[in-house]
Amino acid sequence: MSEIVPIGPFHPLQEEPEFFRLHVEGETVVKLDIELGYNHRGIEKLAEKKSWDQVVFLVERICGICSTSHPAASVRAMEDCAAVEAPERAQYIRTVICELERLHSHLLWLGLAGHFMGYNTVWMWSWKYRETVCDIFEKITGNRQSYAMFKAGGVRRDIAEADIPWIRSSLDGLKPAIDMFKGAVMDDPVLHSRTKGIGVLTRKQAMDYCVVGPIARASGVAIDVRKDDPYFAYGWVDFDRVVLTEGDVFARAAIRILEMYESIRIIEACLKQMKPGPIDLQVKEIPPGEGVGRAEAPRGEVFHFVVSDGSNFPVRYKARAPSFVNIFANEAACVGQQVADAALILAAMDPCYCCTERMIAVDCGTGKAVLSGADLIRISREKTDALKKRMGAA
Amino acid sequence: MTWNQIQSAIQKRFGDKILGWREHNKIRIYVDIDPEDLVEFSRFLFHEQGARFIIASALDTPRGGVEIFYHFDFHQLPQVLSLRVFVKKPDPEVNSIAGVIKGSEWIEREIAELLGVRVRNHPNPEHLLLPNDWPKGNFPLRRDA
Repeated sequence: MSEIVPIGPFHPLQEEPEFFRLHVEGETVVKLDIELGYNHRGIEKLAEKKSWDQVVFLVERICGICSTSHPAASVRAMEDCAAVEAPERAQYIRTVICELERLHSHLLWLGLAGHFMGYNTVWMWSWKYRETVCDIFEKITGNRQSYAMFKAGGVRRDIAEADIPWIRSSLDGLKPAIDMFKGAVMDDPVLHSRTKGIGVLTRKQAMDYCVVGPIARASGVAIDVRKDDPYFAYGWVDFDRVVLTEGDVFARAAIRILEMYESIRIIEACLKQMKPGPIDLQVKEIPPGEGVGRAEAPRGEVFHFVVSDGSNFPVRYKARAPSFVNIFANEAACVGQQVADAALILAAMDPCYCCTERMIAVDCGTGKAVLSGADLIRISREKTDALKKRMGAA
Repeated sequence: MTWNQIQSAIQKRFGDKILGWREHNKIRIYVDIDPEDLVEFSRFLFHEQGARFIIASALDTPRGGVEIFYHFDFHQLPQVLSLRVFVKKPDPEVNSIAGVIKGSEWIEREIAELLGVRVRNHPNPEHLLLPNDWPKGNFPLRRDA
């Protein structure tokens, strides 16, 4: 008999409240329904009532984890509409902020993924090293989160030359930590059996669902806005596009770990190449017209579209976060998988995590709860433990 | 494929069906088309030119209708091509492209819900974002809302 396992609307595996209804037969997921809207805050409507300068602060609040990606796309859209380009030094500073954010976001995800698989050491390690990144943010921007650095035509704060040696040495401290994660995650046989071949999204499915970011790159779709449509300082520094073809949870994890090396490379190059100069153009108005802005967030392409009538306020503001397309692809990635893996697959799409837990399984026949949210995490961990025993790693 | 090849392929294939071709700059291109040709354009871009569908954005205009932009990009190219269709109020209607591009399903539901554009032939025309008890016929992104 088919049973329904509802995950959400509130669950710590999910970025914002969403509702996944897993239809299961025995242990196997046969269908997935996704319901959105629990956290619809009407930001696009609200943006029509804010001045161009305020809009950047508003979109920074769309996501708490990749808080700078939305301002990045937003200022690009405004600058596209106004046909202006920020000064060179501002572009380097923006790039540093964007890459630091990728580092902290990937470390956060890695920790959570470890936690849900029953690898609490990975969780504690990666969150420990994430602190270093937050400290750098605090030094540069004054904030550990929501940095309020970007504005159309430039940035709001400069990076002090005196801070650069300290930033460099902090980044150097991160490198051995990432080496350690690479070893701990990518060479662990139990993690391999837990994640390889799980939640596979084929290249064709990735194209059909139009997924972006690490999810697309893990399925062999080599797209990365930083390379394809170079913005800020990405065209002036050397880095590699990380692409894998397996399309499973392991590939998604590996991409994120390998991307951290590239982020450090980019930040170091920016700090080295950056020359003194102005950081803000003082853009006074956005002329009538349309503007497209996109940026590669840790989770993939953020796309903003603005329409201006020349007034102080946008006529229309469209913001598309990467999760809007990535979450939909769960429909394809979850079917045929085991319930114990479902939570992991949903988490591997890396929706951000902020909500409280409310997850139960209901027997369709009796309406009685059979699996609580804690139970789902427990069966996920039990599967890891069983694998550890079988493989002699316990 | 280079952008020049894609551009001439589109112009050769559609000719007069392109109602307007505007280059805001070298990498931001806006193409006006008739709503009836939308599915054909999408199929050609997605299946034959290797385009990726980014998203659609709709906008209620003071000109008595809703403008919908369908934004596409092309593999590893910086260009963003936005197909623009204009659908007249009071009953704006447009064909779904979800049959061609699966990834457009959610945004079409969103546009239907927030701007009151009826999407014909949508595989799953269900409510997406607003609360279940949202009043019928109230579209928050309309100018009169």
